Amino acid sequence: MVKNMNKALLSKPSGLVEQALKVNKQTTTEDALNIDYTATVGQPNCQNAKFSTQNVNVYYANNQAIHDVSLDIGAHEVIALIGPSGCGKSTYLRCLNRMNDTIDICRVEGQILLDQENIYHQKQDPVLLRARVGMVFQKPNPFPKSIYDNVAYGPRIHGLTSNKAELDELVEASLIKAGLFQEVKDRLQAPGTGLSGGQQQRLCIARTIAVQPEVILMDEPASALDPIATAKIEELINELKENFTIVIVTHSMQQAARVSQRTAYFHMGRLIEVGDTNQIFTNPAHELTEKYITGRFG
Amino acid sequence: MNNTNAIKRSLKKRHLKERIFKSTGFFSIAVAILFLAVLLTDIVNKAWPAFWQTKIELTVQLDAEKLDLDAYSSKPAIMAADFRWVIREALMNRFPDVKSRQDKRTLYALTSMGAEFQLRDMVIDNPNLIGQTIKVQFMADDDVDAIVKGSIDRTLPESDRRVKNKKLAWIESLESNGQITTGFNGSFFASGDSREPEMAGIKGAIIGSLYTLLVTLSLSFPVAVAAAIYLEEFAPKNKLIDFIEININNLAAVPSIVFGLLGLAVFINFFNLPRSAPVVGGIVLSLMTLPTIIIASRSAIKAVPPSLREAALGLGASKMQSVFHHVLPAALPGILTGTIIGMAQALGETAPLLMIGMVAFIADIPQSVVDPSTVLPIQVFLWADSPERGFLEKTSAAIMVLLCFLIAMNAIAIYLRKKFEKKW
Repeated sequence: MVKNMNKALLSKPSGLVEQALKVNKQTTTEDALNIDYTATVGQPNCQNAKFSTQNVNVYYANNQAIHDVSLDIGAHEVIALIGPSGCGKSTYLRCLNRMNDTIDICRVEGQILLDQENIYHQKQDPVLLRARVGMVFQKPNPFPKSIYDNVAYGPRIHGLTSNKAELDELVEASLIKAGLFQEVKDRLQAPGTGLSGGQQQRLCIARTIAVQPEVILMDEPASALDPIATAKIEELINELKENFTIVIVTHSMQQAARVSQRTAYFHMGRLIEVGDTNQIFTNPAHELTEKYITGRFG
Repeated sequence: MNNTNAIKRSLKKRHLKERIFKSTGFFSIAVAILFLAVLLTDIVNKAWPAFWQTKIELTVQLDAEKLDLDAYSSKPAIMAADFRWVIREALMNRFPDVKSRQDKRTLYALTSMGAEFQLRDMVIDNPNLIGQTIKVQFMADDDVDAIVKGSIDRTLPESDRRVKNKKLAWIESLESNGQITTGFNGSFFASGDSREPEMAGIKGAIIGSLYTLLVTLSLSFPVAVAAAIYLEEFAPKNKLIDFIEININNLAAVPSIVFGLLGLAVFINFFNLPRSAPVVGGIVLSLMTLPTIIIASRSAIKAVPPSLREAALGLGASKMQSVFHHVLPAALPGILTGTIIGMAQALGETAPLLMIGMVAFIADIPQSVVDPSTVLPIQVFLWADSPERGFLEKTSAAIMVLLCFLIAMNAIAIYLRKKFEKKW
């Protein structure tokens, strides 16, 4: 019990709050870095934007975690959000499917448009939004149910299939897309929590794509995995981009370089630079970006 | 290098402290086990005789003319017939020397008051017995029972002995004739309370307890779990909710007799619910159990990792779906444990039920939740309060039944916890 509670405390979303609070404390110390910030450098806009965010500000109570972030996310692209711990990239990600709603003291300002529609509009149902914008979390979190039920859960609650055969087909297709089917086809009724870490994360991806979302948000999906499992997840992201728009938060710059077409660099709650991944890593325009990718801080 | 020596010096002291702590803990546990063992041995020792009943075998003549019955008599006719004389006749036939009125009265008291009903029920079951002469094992009176079981010392001088010489002689005569037998006391589990120790049974209290717990469970479980879910998952964080939380915790510490007074004033006097009934007892006990279950359920819900909620929400589950599909099943073992603890508390509760009249003497076995009844702990209280010697063993036996109930409930709790416990 105690152990579980500890675990619960550790992984509470309020961790984000603490991060945000830390950001503000650091502001004074990091001022020494002399942030030369006026506006986002690079190309935050793109042609066929799936998501279009304008002047997004996020507050945890009185602490501002995100300052005026404007960024477009193009359809069928993989965009990586990078930056030092507590820079607001996870917070920004969680605005895109309104997961921040679960935190009482969190307040989001600005405009976030999905297909030209404001997702924070009163009439927008977060349930529908989250069905369209799926999410994969940092720590693999399969339900304590069978592998089959894990994948079938989304389609079931949304009523996506009309009979058992269709559901079976959808579960199989999702597992195949997530590259997990060959490993688990003989034990679909085994508990999902019995899989290895990497398999669990791929199960979570299968679970997400079973709902057939348009966008998949990934919050450091490989940070809890070993290099081999990480390689598999990255391979998977490369395949998934054919069908989905993917926003990935990552701490590994190599990973960002390997999987994404565009990269956005966050610092202290501000979007410093956005651009083609190649350009960001080879020829960063902003001083902070350069310092970060060359490993001088972060 | 000096460090090492300093550490070594303090090490001895630290290890000593640890040893002292360990032995203190061991000692406490040993004392606890000792007390428990003494308590249980004492109860079982005292209760053991209650599970055995002395019987007297008599030859009775079911004379059709005297009883005014035949094999086709209706049940009411049999009920009205006088079987008491049949048994008295049988006793007179066995001891023909007894002449004086007083001696006869003592002789008739060898068998229990219930003997005639025993005979009557046999005839109702099988009317063909009428006209026959049969051997029947009648329930012995509690004095005979005490002599046979040795709880009255036969060697005491007559003046100090409850059973006088004459009666003792009859008992010994019956014993030497093999007419006194001891068998399992089935009627203890099959009958209600009685003023006669040998006829008193626990069934009324068991059924009463079951009905009361049923009412308690069906009221407190859904209400408490709903309250816990609301407070934990849906309630806004504000002063009002904090105030409610504090008061729920306070409620858990309110002396139980206060709930009894509340039950008396509100449910019986205001709502006119029946007195002494399990329905009122159940309502009162559920008030008492609610805070226990709410507190346990809340901590169980709180212990469910938020990642599980996020996983469900991230897939587009509504708040309610995430709670009922994922949080609740994961919290269920804890909730059930809390519920069983609350139920066990309710099972052993006496004071509030005294206030609502469940302490009345009730010989009938309750047929529904609105019938007057009593519960196990109150049955213990009632029997412990009775002067007859036979009730001593009944008291211990009732305690044993109560303990078995508790153990059974805890076993169910463990089983359910194991069944629903899942790793995440």
